[in-house]
Amino acid sequence: MSFPWAEHYTPKHPLMQWIDEKLPLPRLVYNAIGAGYPVPRNLNYFWNFGVLAGLALVIQIVTGVIMAMHYGANTLVAFGTVEQTMRDVNAGWLMRYAHATGASFFFIVVYLHIFRGLYYSSYKAPREMVWLLGLVIFLLMMATAFMGYVLPWGQMSYWGAKVITGLFGAIPVVGEPIQTWLLGGFAPGNASLNRFFSLHFLLPFVIAGVIILHIWALHIPGSSNPTGVEVKGPQDTVPFHPYYTAKDGFGVGIFLILFSIMLFYAPNYLGHPDNYIEANPLSTPAHIVPEWYFWPFYAILRAFTVDFFFVPAKLLGVLAMFASILLLFFLPWLDTSPVRSGNYRPTFRKFFWILVIDVLILGYCGGAPAEEPYVMISQVAAAYYFAHFLIILPLIARFEKPLPLPNSITEAVLNRYNIQGEQDALPGMGSDPQPSNAG
Amino acid sequence: MVRIGAFLVGLFFAGWLLISFLVGAVAYVSEPPAKTVEHEFHKNPKHVSFSFDGPFGKFDQAQLQRGFQVFKEVCSACHSLKFVAFRDLEALGYNEAEVKAIAKQWAIKTPDVDPKTGEMSTRDPVPADYFPKPFANNVAAAAANNNAIPPDLSLMTKARHHGTAYVYSLLTGFQAQPAELLKEFPDAKTPEGLHYNPYFANLNLAMAPPLTADGQVTYGDGTKATVDQMAKDVSAFLTWTAEPKLENRRRAGLPTIIFLLIASGLAYMSYQNIWADKKKKA
Repeated sequence: MSFPWAEHYTPKHPLMQWIDEKLPLPRLVYNAIGAGYPVPRNLNYFWNFGVLAGLALVIQIVTGVIMAMHYGANTLVAFGTVEQTMRDVNAGWLMRYAHATGASFFFIVVYLHIFRGLYYSSYKAPREMVWLLGLVIFLLMMATAFMGYVLPWGQMSYWGAKVITGLFGAIPVVGEPIQTWLLGGFAPGNASLNRFFSLHFLLPFVIAGVIILHIWALHIPGSSNPTGVEVKGPQDTVPFHPYYTAKDGFGVGIFLILFSIMLFYAPNYLGHPDNYIEANPLSTPAHIVPEWYFWPFYAILRAFTVDFFFVPAKLLGVLAMFASILLLFFLPWLDTSPVRSGNYRPTFRKFFWILVIDVLILGYCGGAPAEEPYVMISQVAAAYYFAHFLIILPLIARFEKPLPLPNSITEAVLNRYNIQGEQDALPGMGSDPQPSNAG
Repeated sequence: MVRIGAFLVGLFFAGWLLISFLVGAVAYVSEPPAKTVEHEFHKNPKHVSFSFDGPFGKFDQAQLQRGFQVFKEVCSACHSLKFVAFRDLEALGYNEAEVKAIAKQWAIKTPDVDPKTGEMSTRDPVPADYFPKPFANNVAAAAANNNAIPPDLSLMTKARHHGTAYVYSLLTGFQAQPAELLKEFPDAKTPEGLHYNPYFANLNLAMAPPLTADGQVTYGDGTKATVDQMAKDVSAFLTWTAEPKLENRRRAGLPTIIFLLIASGLAYMSYQNIWADKKKKA
């Protein structure tokens, strides 16, 4: 698709030729994730996480569809049907725990995928659209995960729904009618549960659709790579299959091992005990916290404690929380440095790692009770979060002196692997630098 | 233009957050938040070990049976167990006939409709029935229990942090209110009708100490029924009611992970093999 030297799909079997004439679906797959997609040869393990996110979505859809067969979206029975799934459905406990743990792992791999994009500036031209669509997927994931967490109708489900829809209530004038409209009532109830179930079933397929767009947009410029230097010729790439399918196969194995450890030995570790108490509108939990993957944003929401003249602190918090995600959409135009990879940007790299620590601190504070000193810590951390993207990144782009870039991907690879005693062989090396004695 | 706008937005959010921080910090220093009685006197659950601890732990059936006996003779007077059915008791080592007898002799009867008259009535539970609730509804439960509704116990050990140890600690944690608590917080005297227990979130619990004397139940297997033993046994039983598939889950985990380790090893070798001509490790 993207490069003239991409391998061409040539069906040999008459049946495949017949199919290719009528509906070239195998050709599409071949060009998308098969040998027809040339990929930079120097991708590191951080490039595994896109495929892993896709796998996590598949796990969620399969386990979710099965759970939906045993679920009753009614406030009278929802909690009980989930328990019945756990107790009386064949392998129901496996489906439920895989779905709950799977949601956490989906977010883990997506966060790593996003931070990979931040470090290597994968959002820069010509891949802005890939980044924007990725953020759309992220927003859809957050909505889906939030609504999914409401479905078991435990205490955190109910009070989480109340708090999150209450965010819309902070909007002046129209806020409360919007909140009532979203919930289908004045508080989370049967109408809310039913619509959340409907949307929770729908949105994963919307996500799958946007993933197709995400991959489509990726295939136009081709994948980025750890040097940030664009592909210059056939020697810089390898066909996706078998090179990256093999590497992804290994990545999938590691992912599934870690996933299985959590699923089989600590399935409730990432959940909250209160969600094993059936929802009770008359009893507020001591600390209402969302699932861990929302904690950084929850910390930003709660960091605003002082009204700004006529703007109440709560509204500021809501605006800031949405802004903290929306600002990522502007990233391609905020970071104007022509160098992509953090490997060649010394100043950027330091601030990147500060951001990582900052987000971890925000996450910790978001999971902690809304007490001092956590509120003060999250105020400083949230201030850095906004300053990082909106002030520091554009300034770095302006003043930083990047390190010299390699001339090509191949040069970078050869420097890395053949550094000892084989420097002479460097100039003019093709894609097969050395005879193999590995494997 | 985008960058100027972003700069202003960033300046506003970051600036206002830092101002909020200063306001909060000044308040924190000038008026440190008052210590609460819960902060000072609430205790985390005790350390207690069970046969099902750790990734390879299994339930001790004899202990679950003893715990079930404690539940039957003590807890079930007030607490429901609505997600557990009598048939589930076969997992505790009872055979079909025994389960049938347990259900039939259960003190609380299952509400039903009289098949002849259609009037509301009750009947002996059968193995297919869930444990009947001790109170007809929440109002009746609250009325009989000093306005507190005894919670359902099916999921109790999963509904609290370190739930098994929590149940054990709560059952063995009733005590007189410490003198230093009353000295520091004179207003925090345990109200009439409540009971002081430092393992309970707000320290004062409506439930009276349920396990009060050694030998309160008589174990069939000769185990001495100390309060500590009964509390341990019933905590184990409630761990089973909350997670009856615990053993299935752990049993399924090990072969899955071993399979995945082998598969990942093979995947790694094929990855190295396929890439052998593309990179030579230095």
